[in-house]
Amino acid sequence: MKQNFGSFVKKESLHILRDRRTMLVVMLIPVVLMILFGFAISTEVNNVNVAVVASERTDGVHDAVERLSQNDYFTFKGYISQDEVDAYLRSGRASAVVIFATDYDRRAAQAVAGLPTKPIIQLVVDASNVNTAGSATAYLQNILLGSASAQSMFETRMMFNPQMKSAYNFVPGIMGLIFILVCAMMTSVSIVREKEVGTIEVLLVSPVRPVKIIFAKMIPYFVISCIVLVTILLLARYLLGVPMTGGVWGIFSLSLLYLVLSLSLGLLVSTIARTQMAALLISAMVMMMPILMLSGMLFPIENLPKFFQVVSNIVPARWYIDAVRKMMIQGLPLVAVWKNCAILLGMTVVLLGVSLKKFNDKLE
Amino acid sequence: MVAIEVHNLSKCYGQVKALDGVSFSVERGELFGLIGPDGAGKTTLFRLLTTLLNADEGSAAVDGLDVARDYLAIRSRVGYMPGRFSLYPDLSVEENLNFFAALFGVTVEESYDLIAPIYKQIEPFRKRRAGKLSGGMKQKLALSCALIHRPSVLFLDEPTTGVDAVSRSEFWDMLSGLKEREITILVSTPYMDEASRCDRIALCNEGRILGIDTPEGIVRGFDRRLYGIRAKNMFALLERARTATDIVDCYPFGERHHMVVDDGFDVERFKAQLGDVEGLEIGGVEPTIEDIFIKLMKR
Amino acid sequence: MSDVVISVRELTKRFGDFVAVDRISFDVHRGEIFGFLGANGAGKTTAMRMLCGLSYPTSGSGTVAGYDVMREGEKIKRHIGYMSQRFSLYNDLTVWENMRLFAGIYGLTRHQTEERAAELLDRLNFSSERNTLVGSLPLGWKQKLSFAIATIHCPEVVFLDEPTGGVDPVTRRQFWEMIYEAAEGGTTIFVTTHYMDEAEYCSRVSIMVDGEVRALDTPLRLKQQFAAESMDEVFRTLARGALRGE
Repeated sequence: MKQNFGSFVKKESLHILRDRRTMLVVMLIPVVLMILFGFAISTEVNNVNVAVVASERTDGVHDAVERLSQNDYFTFKGYISQDEVDAYLRSGRASAVVIFATDYDRRAAQAVAGLPTKPIIQLVVDASNVNTAGSATAYLQNILLGSASAQSMFETRMMFNPQMKSAYNFVPGIMGLIFILVCAMMTSVSIVREKEVGTIEVLLVSPVRPVKIIFAKMIPYFVISCIVLVTILLLARYLLGVPMTGGVWGIFSLSLLYLVLSLSLGLLVSTIARTQMAALLISAMVMMMPILMLSGMLFPIENLPKFFQVVSNIVPARWYIDAVRKMMIQGLPLVAVWKNCAILLGMTVVLLGVSLKKFNDKLE
Repeated sequence: MVAIEVHNLSKCYGQVKALDGVSFSVERGELFGLIGPDGAGKTTLFRLLTTLLNADEGSAAVDGLDVARDYLAIRSRVGYMPGRFSLYPDLSVEENLNFFAALFGVTVEESYDLIAPIYKQIEPFRKRRAGKLSGGMKQKLALSCALIHRPSVLFLDEPTTGVDAVSRSEFWDMLSGLKEREITILVSTPYMDEASRCDRIALCNEGRILGIDTPEGIVRGFDRRLYGIRAKNMFALLERARTATDIVDCYPFGERHHMVVDDGFDVERFKAQLGDVEGLEIGGVEPTIEDIFIKLMKR
Repeated sequence: MSDVVISVRELTKRFGDFVAVDRISFDVHRGEIFGFLGANGAGKTTAMRMLCGLSYPTSGSGTVAGYDVMREGEKIKRHIGYMSQRFSLYNDLTVWENMRLFAGIYGLTRHQTEERAAELLDRLNFSSERNTLVGSLPLGWKQKLSFAIATIHCPEVVFLDEPTGGVDPVTRRQFWEMIYEAAEGGTTIFVTTHYMDEAEYCSRVSIMVDGEVRALDTPLRLKQQFAAESMDEVFRTLARGALRGE
């Protein structure tokens, strides 16, 4: 009965092709999300106005301000007095104020010599936009303590993404989200549609094992996901300039594993849901929310409360996004994320096992 | 030879007893009708026999195979047309048919001679999406799909519900044609007037079978006298007739009211009791399946 | 008030090139049970929608309960009752809650609602089921209740779209007795059905084929006209000639 497997796949493909609108949405969502997160929703530091308070304009101060004003991301707005700090920040004339200590040069020399010293620079930052403030602060520190000697005493160095381009962080997150959306949500909806329309009754009352029909259903969605995957990788590399030094094939293979996992998840949802609406809701609530909140896509996992940190361990996207980040941005090879791969593989096996066991060839 | 054997079959959904100890058997090549309203348990019975559900109690065999034990073997031998429209509306007539052929590992050509009398009528529209067909055409396509693998037993769950009288009559003509191909057909319908098209029928209500026989045999089982009455004002006539003596039952029945009477009934006395009724006509009538059904339901 | 409750002249509905309803004309009188038959796709549903004020005719004229079908769709809706097999009642509300809801929709006061509900429940012998969830009632009861609720605001005319589909023969008859009773009380009934024996219960029957009304008379005269034994035969003779499907 090999020849009929092909015709099942053909039938599923026809369903998908006939539903042009859904197809379009599936193909467009990744592009739109990439552009949104890559450009519009940005935590990048750009044109931050900085004012400086310095009681003595010593050589050290001059050097630091020089470095600051030469940087593209900061605009030096001039020296102001201590009393003006509040007014500058409130009016928005400056988003950050750098205050140098009175005996900056001496203390900096002390610090360089490894002697204990009090803080020598104070940063006052407008934190109304938390993300920008955070990035700006980190970047400012980097620039101000830019002299080789002073740098050695600070551990806060920005690595891998020194300009903190947000797109680098979001691309793995979008991938983690999109594949769940395409694979899990769409397969579950398409299986449940057969229940809702009533065709499942005829399918079940046929000698073909339901498993076969289910796998035939997954194939077109798998293909679509692969197209989406390639689209995302191309956009990431050429539109957003993500380095991907770790090798594209590693990312690709890991993503294929994640696709299979998402398909299994969709199958599991379809065994629970009775209506297409329910399948959509389950997909949205049970899968999307954890990915957005608990996968490290939007918020770093270390910043989550302890309880949610523990919960995040069972969110597949967490392991996937983490691994893709490492490969895409840190340039690690696939071997380096073997732990993530193993966890994802284990999850796939369990999900597939449970859903196939749950998938009944009777109506009950 | 027996094609379907059902013994004391029961099925509950929670508190509701959908099927309550049903027994009957269908001979090979027989056109057997399950006649009853919604909630009679017809669909449940079909799902049990097509092995989609497991029975709570009792046993059943289709084509000599036990529905619980040999359910996979049964699935390749039966054709099933569920009550709901069970085709893919976004696929064309042809695509639907090809898919169902593939599902059973056959080709359309292999079975073309069997489905031809039915399929030919919709073949001109083979490129049309199934969702855009008329009710009668949908039914023909669904029947073609159910027959594609040359099943020995065909299960048709309310194939004529919601279809107009002409299409319904055409559909029954097609079933008569299939009977000649020695296919056993179990068909359900809520329309009593379709009963006469079956070889044998079972009258069902609320999960039980009220009676099984040939349509003629069922009608012969009506052991009381039946009168048809009519008058200018039918509603007033109904109310008055019910108060007369020796009337067992009186109910509207098409252009007349049917009146089931006791042995002591006398037409002249009845007329006298009614008093002055404009345009009164009264005469004996032959009972129909529906009269039997009403009688059995009220017992 | 006039004796004619529904009056249509040359009523037509087009969808693009397709003439769904083609110049139909008829009158329905007060207290009449008017059977509206037709094969699938004959244009029954479209015609009924226009009469219920749910869709505006392309051309022609007509009044329902004294309101113009071309201009006063909203007023028509308020003065008619409507019941279909598909949309009956809310299963997760009780009998009384359903009644209160529909009474509210038609703008009955609280006092009127109480009075009508008690009256209808009493007539149905349903008073003990007042607080039962509608979902737990048998289908036949639901249909009867549904009809009662369609008449809660004492409409001049009630539209019934295949009200007895799938209902058992005994309940079906009880349902028709309710219809008789309502008609007796002066309510006009406009009903579609697939059961041809039910066509016989109607005072007059119209049969639509391909968007036109091809026959309209009392069942008796229709049978004479077509030399037929039953309405089923009349219907089939006419519908066989249909050119279009659904």
